Amino acid sequence: MEMRTTFHKKLREIQDDILAVGSMVGKAILRSIEALKNRDLELARQIIADDQKINGKRFEIEEKCIELIATQQPMASDLRIIIAILNITTEIERIGDYAVGIARIVIMIGDEPPLKPLIDIPRMAEQTVDMLHHSLDALIKRDAEAAKKIATEDDLIDHLYDQVFRELLTFMAEDPKTITRATRLMWTAHNLERAADRVTNICERVVFIVTGKMEEIGASKY
Amino acid sequence: MESNTTCLEVKQLELWYGNFQALRDISMAVPHNRITAIIGPSGCGKSSLLRCFNRMNDLIPGARVKGEVLFDGRNIYAADVDPTEVRYRIGMVFQKPNPFPKSVFENVAFGPRVNGITDNLAEVVEHALHRAALWDEVKDRLHKSAMELSGGQQQRLCIARALALEPEVILMDEPCSALDPVATLKIEDLMRNLAEEYTIIIVTHNMQQAARVSDMAAFMMMEEDRAGVLVEHGPTSQLFTNPKDKRTEDYITGRFG
Amino acid sequence: MRNGLTFYRHLKKRKLKGNILSLIFLGSTMVGTLVLIVLIVDVLRDGVGWLDWQFLTSFPSRKPEEAGLLSALFGTLWVMTLTALFSFPIGIGTAIYLEEYAPDNRLKRFIQTNINNLAGVPSIVYGLLGLSLFVQALAMGRSVLAGALTLTLMSLPVIIIAAQEAIRSVPEAHRLGAFALGASRWQVVRNIVLPSALPGILTGTILAMSRAIGEAAPMIAISALVYLTFIPSNPLDRFTVLPIQIFNWVSRPQEDFQHLAAAGIIVLLVVLLSMNAAAIFLRNRYQKRTEE
Repeated sequence: MEMRTTFHKKLREIQDDILAVGSMVGKAILRSIEALKNRDLELARQIIADDQKINGKRFEIEEKCIELIATQQPMASDLRIIIAILNITTEIERIGDYAVGIARIVIMIGDEPPLKPLIDIPRMAEQTVDMLHHSLDALIKRDAEAAKKIATEDDLIDHLYDQVFRELLTFMAEDPKTITRATRLMWTAHNLERAADRVTNICERVVFIVTGKMEEIGASKY
Repeated sequence: MESNTTCLEVKQLELWYGNFQALRDISMAVPHNRITAIIGPSGCGKSSLLRCFNRMNDLIPGARVKGEVLFDGRNIYAADVDPTEVRYRIGMVFQKPNPFPKSVFENVAFGPRVNGITDNLAEVVEHALHRAALWDEVKDRLHKSAMELSGGQQQRLCIARALALEPEVILMDEPCSALDPVATLKIEDLMRNLAEEYTIIIVTHNMQQAARVSDMAAFMMMEEDRAGVLVEHGPTSQLFTNPKDKRTEDYITGRFG
Repeated sequence: MRNGLTFYRHLKKRKLKGNILSLIFLGSTMVGTLVLIVLIVDVLRDGVGWLDWQFLTSFPSRKPEEAGLLSALFGTLWVMTLTALFSFPIGIGTAIYLEEYAPDNRLKRFIQTNINNLAGVPSIVYGLLGLSLFVQALAMGRSVLAGALTLTLMSLPVIIIAAQEAIRSVPEAHRLGAFALGASRWQVVRNIVLPSALPGILTGTILAMSRAIGEAAPMIAISALVYLTFIPSNPLDRFTVLPIQIFNWVSRPQEDFQHLAAAGIIVLLVVLLSMNAAAIFLRNRYQKRTEE
């Protein structure tokens, strides 16, 4: 007989919500890069508007967690899960904010001609979203090993960020007129780099759920 | 599943023991197929209120009730209602497990027997024990004394005993206060299962338990003259995260009581 | 440890005190036991030689060697059977009424006080009551019936009080549990209270009976016969009982009759002890049954 069926039923609901909000945020990141590539101001505005939904979902999850703590008094690993989920929702919501940040940059850029074809930035975005999905997978499976491995993939993001940084620096050095446009792309890359860092934080929380230890893993060099 | 329809409705209920007023102006509705928890500090009248639902207070000399308790719309305190019939339809589980000093089988068969139901008694008993999640543990000792069971098993036997009458409502008066945490969780899970078919009202001074198992919660307190009053009554999630009444907040946060 | 020294000094004193007291208590226990042993040994020495089949199967006689207590033994059995028949149902009925039905009012307290006081009334008073009520007013004569009714009156308070104690010791939780299942008051009494209380009630009843069996005073008061050469065949026959027969032999000057009295005492003791044994047996049996 599984004990505490009520608690586990409600916990599953919350986890489903986390997956849903994670998928919304992942899409927001990918669409923000899509908007950047296509100079699609309409899509950018849409992303900014959709962030309200993400925020709403986040509050919903937090309320459910509070209710679960108040009514089910989770202990030990159950308590760690709830606390970790509260943190993870915040991290996911922040990643959503980075998507909004990129969308704002897209609006700022407007219909200026592109500086260069985008290659590394979309790769960063895809990589970040992949990491996000995998980290949530690890959360559901309570897989600390997988979480640690995902965190090390952050190095790849850092590497891409480095590459983008140097390339844009070259543009700016060769032709100061490109500084504004290059800087905007730099911000975009920076947003993605921060987003990937948030994913590492999620991984740290997954490790905390499983082991009960709070540890920094795969510390970003930025 | 019938839901959100009212099963029991208390209207301006007052209870006296002799000259002592134990309950004052209690009004609340108990929904069908939900677990309603009654919480509050010791002596606030929660158990007295619970005993109003199956007229157990009738057994206490000098107890008087004013107001109404409507069970499916009919006042159980009306002159033409026999308390035996009320107790036949509304079962009760007590604070301390109180199996009779008889066999497991005879304990469960007791209710049907005294109410003249003797057809398929073995089936009735088996079904009740299944519902109480006790069958597997006692199927080989049905005819041994119930006193040999563990405390948690005894309490589930008492639940089976109540279920054997197929009641519509089960009243539980601090059913876990004499049990260890594991036996307690078993009973709580059992209650969640039973709520699919029965309306359950539980009195507990374990607030956490009320929070864990119930859908609706009622908070009671006593006034200056020690009469019990209902302070707040609402969905459990709301009562425990954002109570409307300051006194409820103070109680569940441990600021008094 | 603070005050360690004081603690140990006191500990020694406390232990010594405890040991001395336990010896004193053992002594008090031994007084009763020793007296009983001396009594039994004395009686056995006097009477065992006279105890034979002839003694059990003969009627009283002026010649000690031919005398027996057949009529007294049967008289006692008659009186006991009737007394049990009367007092058991009345006693239980009263106890059930007082404990389970009677509202807690002045009348109940009045009855209760009276029963408690009656239990302490000397047996001779019951004998006199029996004489004036049953023998004379109700014209039963000095019969087995009058004797049994007298002993019934005498044992009732004790039986009622014992039965009340037994009923009171049934946990209230069991009653409430049964009521909560829709049982009526009689069903609660019949199915829950009585099965649990029965061992206690039986024990109390048998002990009350065995006290009654040894009483000579009330029987003398209603003038049971001393010299009876037939076995009572119906409740209105005259009768004698063991204590009277013994009393009669003791009061004779010849030494042989003293031996007969001792033999009679042995028989009486055997009857008493077997009744007590029956009480213990019944209690154990019912206790086991209710626990199963």
